[in-house]
Amino acid sequence: MSEKAIKQPIDKKKILKFLANNAVIILIIISAIVVGVMKPNFISITNFKNLMINTSVRFIIALGISGCLIMRNNDLSAGRQAGFAACIAATLLQKADYAQKVFPNLPEMNMWVVLLILMVGFTLIGLINGTIVSVLNVPAFIGTYGMQTVIYGICLVFTGAQPIGGLQEAYTNFCSGSIGNMQLLPNLGVIALLVGVFMWFLYNKTPHGKKMYAIGGNGNAAEVSGINTKRMTIAVYMIASALYALAGFLLGGKAGGTSASLGEGYELFAIAGCTIGGVSVNGGIGTVPGILVGVLVFEILKIEMQFMGVTTAYTFIVQGIVIVIAIALDIRKYIAHK
Amino acid sequence: MSEYLLEMKDVCKSFPGVKALDHVQLALRAGTVHALMGENGAGKSTLMKCLFGIYTMDEGQVIYEGQPIHIINPFDALQKGITMVHQELQPIPDRSIAENIYCGRYPVHQYGPLKVIDHKKMYEDAQAQLDELGLDFDAHVKLSTLTASQMQLVEIAKAVSFNAKIVILDEPTSSLTLKEVDKLFDIIRRLKDKGVGIIYISHKMEEILQIADDVSIMRDGKYLGTWPAKGLTNDFIITQEVGRELTEMYPPKKNTPGEVILQVEDYTSPFTSSFKHCSFDLRKGEILGVAGLVGAQRTELMECIFGLRSKTSGRLIYKGEELHIKSPGDAISHGISLLTEDRRGSGIFGVLSVQDNVAVASLMDYLKYKVFLDEKGIDEVVEKSINELEIKTPSHKTKVQSLSGGNQQKVIISRWLAKDPDVLIMDEPTRGIDVGAKYEIYTIIESLARQGKSIIMVSSEMPELIGMSDRIMVMCEGQITGIVSGNDMNQANIMALATKFMKTTA
Repeated sequence: MSEKAIKQPIDKKKILKFLANNAVIILIIISAIVVGVMKPNFISITNFKNLMINTSVRFIIALGISGCLIMRNNDLSAGRQAGFAACIAATLLQKADYAQKVFPNLPEMNMWVVLLILMVGFTLIGLINGTIVSVLNVPAFIGTYGMQTVIYGICLVFTGAQPIGGLQEAYTNFCSGSIGNMQLLPNLGVIALLVGVFMWFLYNKTPHGKKMYAIGGNGNAAEVSGINTKRMTIAVYMIASALYALAGFLLGGKAGGTSASLGEGYELFAIAGCTIGGVSVNGGIGTVPGILVGVLVFEILKIEMQFMGVTTAYTFIVQGIVIVIAIALDIRKYIAHK
Repeated sequence: MSEYLLEMKDVCKSFPGVKALDHVQLALRAGTVHALMGENGAGKSTLMKCLFGIYTMDEGQVIYEGQPIHIINPFDALQKGITMVHQELQPIPDRSIAENIYCGRYPVHQYGPLKVIDHKKMYEDAQAQLDELGLDFDAHVKLSTLTASQMQLVEIAKAVSFNAKIVILDEPTSSLTLKEVDKLFDIIRRLKDKGVGIIYISHKMEEILQIADDVSIMRDGKYLGTWPAKGLTNDFIITQEVGRELTEMYPPKKNTPGEVILQVEDYTSPFTSSFKHCSFDLRKGEILGVAGLVGAQRTELMECIFGLRSKTSGRLIYKGEELHIKSPGDAISHGISLLTEDRRGSGIFGVLSVQDNVAVASLMDYLKYKVFLDEKGIDEVVEKSINELEIKTPSHKTKVQSLSGGNQQKVIISRWLAKDPDVLIMDEPTRGIDVGAKYEIYTIIESLARQGKSIIMVSSEMPELIGMSDRIMVMCEGQITGIVSGNDMNQANIMALATKFMKTTA
């Protein structure tokens, strides 16, 4: 009997702790149920597919940024990199007979070749970011913010500040298409899933992943343990940039046209998704499934508000508040020990 | 009013995995010095941090001037007239002595809502304070120009400047020379005459017998009792602290030092206040102790050998060949490992599992198909470490931050043993570890030496160095002042070498 008496309060404490640690996720899911009851077509196949496609691109960007966050860094250039990648992809994949081609003499290129060029080429941006942060020791927040501005400027020069249209049908069809007739499995969702599986392996089954968590958990101890922290930081930024390039490529094709403004602010949504999903801003903590849940939940919040007829302006306000609350709750988890 | 200025009753405090304080009590009379004694990890500092509001206690009561009080944070403690000089100083090096003393409570001119710092008054007050205590410093100089022991005296002047009723001194003499200790005792006697109650934490018996009125002893987070200092003997205190006879404090030594494996020649730091012209050698299977006061640059020298710090001159001859170590990675790959002084800061990965903490330095030794981690191999080495070093952990996946200090230290030792090093540098390997676990760490160190591994053990605890080392190298202000062995390894000899270049500031 006494054993039972001891056990019960512990269980209660555990439940409370779980609720506190996942408060944002739980609140958003509850609100989704409320919206679902009030607006029946909220829970529909079209909406579900919409959610999947939107989440896919954001998930890929969030995975890129997650490596930086786990290492106690940041990457504020993520959104602009994705936007720049989308613009490059669009200019290289315009229809041959399109009148306003950016490169009039360019033959029709294979979209997969373009994707490969983009992902490899963008690792150079990651190399610069990583060097700024680890070799020059510029705080990531400032260093990548500077890069954000630089990339936007380059993108404006590259596009002549004009929107780019007339994309190849193969490209746009793929990005908005699905596998099978039911249209329940969008191509973008499949790609995001593959990237997720790849990153899960990288984070959990390779020395790269373990070193990344170690550096984030305690950078000094990692250095003492013989880990080359500079090389690791650069590698993580390079992988991140390759993922932004992929996300940008998909984003451009999905939208059917691009401009330099595409991708603006995406890094904040990605950081929010990561944090809600349990990536700690104190470093060393974060899982791929957690990031998926975080991004998904944040996307649900946005769609909920669209359904409730909330205007974009108010949506921004709510999203901003949710980001701040999520991070405040995250920090609480680690200072509560005192 | 009660006869006591301060009473702490039934204080309990737990950290994840360890009960740091278990129904501890303390009663301080006004105008007396109350010594708080016990081994490292006995809970003395934790108790004082509870009193000073750095930690909140889980249970217990504080009665101050007859009233039960509740201290929320250090600011609150200062307001109530309780000040503390910490064991680890927190100076602001690039600010003047006066600004350090009046940090956060600067004298101001008030112009309506606008407050402007009254620099003139601040410097005058600070100078008056220093002069009154007989400290020959200019309040205008930057703190960074002082030596560690001088900073300690400034810190004490700061504590006194609060006009507090209770002053807590946590190992205040750990970096002081003998003359400076006399200076400190003068200050303490002056405070006593003013009716201030002083809680004095120290390991040093002579000091306690000289200055204290009452002595309370703690062991493993428990309160053992309070005795008048008059009539106490060293033996009695040690037996109480340790809880067993002295002869059992160190394992019997059976290692036999062999040929020279490592020669350090003329190591000099680019920083003038750091190590210079350091040369020594280390033998196979030897335990070389490194003694010195705080600020003697022992840690800096070791970190330089390990590739964490730069040097302007110096050669390293390792196994007969010259070796250039540019990074910890280089040192590790040649079989040289470093257990750092600051376990939290550069030792453990608190949020990672025991397994990840053990494997982190040897990930590249456990690869499948050159890409993936060999999880089975890692599992085996972790299991082996847990068994051999008797690490108490619920599982391989437990987060290291929830283990006790001793077990965390064993996890880090396991990390290095997984690399099978030939030279293991251990910087304060038993700091903040409870007495039982200390003995286990000593046993591990001795058995490693017996297996032919060479150990450099940096420590601030002289008995530990004398009990464990084959030879003891002593440093003072960045220089090696001597190496003692055999019967010459005694406190008097080591202390003389450790203070060789110390100028008397008093």
